[in-house]
Amino acid sequence: MGNEELILKLKEVFPEMDCVQGNDWPELSFGSDRLIDVITYLKQTPELAFDYLFCETCVDWKTHFNMVYHLDSTRYRHNVVLKVKTDREKPEIASLAHVYRTAEQHEREIFDLFGIVFLGHPNLKRIMLTEEWVGYPLRKDYEDPINIIKL
Amino acid sequence: MDVKVTPPSAPFPGSVQEIPGGGIVLSTLDDVINWARSNSLWPLVFGTSCCAIEMMSAASAKYDFSRFGFEVARATPRQADVIIIAGTIVNKMAPVLKRLFDQMPDPKYVIAMGACATSGGPFFYNTYSVVKGADHVIPVDVYVAGCPPRPEALLHALITLQEKIKSGLTRDQIRTQFAENGK
Amino acid sequence: MFEEVATSKEGEQIINVGPQHPATHGVLHLIITLNGETIVNLEPNLGYIHRSIEKMCESLSYRQFIYTTSRMDYLAAHINNHACALTVEKAMQIEIPERAEVIRILVSELTRIASHELWWGAMAMDLGALSPFFYAFREREVITDIMEETCGARLTMNYMVPGGVMADIHPNFVKRVKDFIIQFKSRIDEYDQLVTGNIIFQNRMKNVGILSKEDAISYGTTGPTARGSGVSCDIRKIYPYSIYGKLQFDEVLETAGDSFARYLVRVKEMKQSISIIEQLIDNIPEGDFQAKTKAVLKLPKGEFYQRVETPRGELGVYIVSEGGTTPYRIKFRSPGFSNLSALNHMIKGHKIGDLVAVMGTLDLVIPDIDR
Repeated sequence: MGNEELILKLKEVFPEMDCVQGNDWPELSFGSDRLIDVITYLKQTPELAFDYLFCETCVDWKTHFNMVYHLDSTRYRHNVVLKVKTDREKPEIASLAHVYRTAEQHEREIFDLFGIVFLGHPNLKRIMLTEEWVGYPLRKDYEDPINIIKL
Repeated sequence: MDVKVTPPSAPFPGSVQEIPGGGIVLSTLDDVINWARSNSLWPLVFGTSCCAIEMMSAASAKYDFSRFGFEVARATPRQADVIIIAGTIVNKMAPVLKRLFDQMPDPKYVIAMGACATSGGPFFYNTYSVVKGADHVIPVDVYVAGCPPRPEALLHALITLQEKIKSGLTRDQIRTQFAENGK
Repeated sequence: MFEEVATSKEGEQIINVGPQHPATHGVLHLIITLNGETIVNLEPNLGYIHRSIEKMCESLSYRQFIYTTSRMDYLAAHINNHACALTVEKAMQIEIPERAEVIRILVSELTRIASHELWWGAMAMDLGALSPFFYAFREREVITDIMEETCGARLTMNYMVPGGVMADIHPNFVKRVKDFIIQFKSRIDEYDQLVTGNIIFQNRMKNVGILSKEDAISYGTTGPTARGSGVSCDIRKIYPYSIYGKLQFDEVLETAGDSFARYLVRVKEMKQSISIIEQLIDNIPEGDFQAKTKAVLKLPKGEFYQRVETPRGELGVYIVSEGGTTPYRIKFRSPGFSNLSALNHMIKGHKIGDLVAVMGTLDLVIPDIDR
């Protein structure tokens, strides 16, 4: 499915969501409560078949977090980007570890570096830093006067 | 007291007293022990990042550090004499490095290979997890510059370490002599 | 810390492999639950070389941040640099000269061979065969010498810059690459004689660490790890970047999904890389090696993603720009990170002695995983 076709299809199914053409792929933005609905639809609809989550990351926009999911379909070779807005005070979002197994490790990394809590994750604990580490270093307001030497 | 710098190819330290039918080698026991020690340094296989590949190159046929007695690379610190810190040390790794060093039998030597192990190198600024130099964790005998250093640079570091061992001097003695003689 | 044994459940014990262990090729820590000799569970503990590259890049300019990626996956420094350069070029819409494109592909494919060589030697060494290590380094040194002449470094080259390559190729480059091809073609058969056909080797590799096609996709594995399970995932083929679309080469696929299949994919990929180099080495176009770019690069506001194929799989560079001279956020989607997540699934139920045979064929580079 080409990008235009994909946007039309997504607009038809999720009319309340914002779907635009990004630099490479269609980008669908929505709130964190709809994540599981959207993912289930994208993965299980036979003509979409987004079965491969190739990148999962997070961006700190100071007012909120944006979870970014890059999906690919190994059957049709079309891609879509999901941007999910998450509250900064209480960063919680559903885990995709049961849908895409690769998400398990990616989500542990995001929890470690951004402090986003993934609900329903089987083994949510720090992966890169030690358990005693305080704070989430990739957040924009992270300060560490001992370790970080600023240039 | 002079620093006795013996080239790596130097024969057994001491002087030969000619007597009819051969000769007697006269030497001090310290010199003999240091000579033996310096020519059979067993390195610990310890590589955290890029420098480890250059260390492997130094072990391979083209550079071949076994020519100088380093070929018996050990996987366990309990059998190693020298630890080559090949790569960045991060905060999570620092206690492990300390423990590895503690597990090595005396006498033990440390080579900091590359910019990261020397000072944090490219990862000095704006990083939250890098130890800015392995000498914050364990004492280092020889530093090698480069990112990563060439295998020749590592060989030079190993020869320098041999010279240090053969001289039998401590770090402070070397420093004093360096200040006095300028060499 | 290294081989501590602690008893947990009845009959089960926990063994730590690493962070200082020769078979982990770096500082990977695996917490393995054993029942007798059978692996019940395996949990990787990362971060022993987590150098906070992503945080660091947020304060580096678009010319500077490329050098950190050479140190990420140091066995494929050119390809990492290529990914970053492509992302910046895509964002700024820089057209790069054809000569630069060809040089980029040539050095990338040489790196791919060098990386596979090192994997081949190191993996055979893990399995107890010492001589392949020396064979592999014999050829690898030729490539590092070629690289040194042209790029000025043996390992972390930083040769690719936004707009092209840093410097023109050395006058000896073409001749030496041609010599290398002739030499390498005869030697790759030696590899097959030495290792591939070895019955002990085959017995250790076959039917070990089987990864099905569905699992390979679900775990997000890429590169030879996934292609050994029959998943077509070569970014050079499916989303061609640079001039890969114009070149003739095959995507190597195996269907068995075991360690031996992954081994075969990598050995055959070396031959494919040779064929790519052969197509280009006589046809390096004349012209500039770098496009004219501004001294200070400013990316437009937006988000840019580029996928490339490294020897280990798919590398993604995701840049979020606010329009300034430094990125707002950079994410490197490293191939090893996802490939490693499949290890627990592949190794469960096998004996602990098989761990090395499975882990060796994943070709893990730990700084690439931890970043």
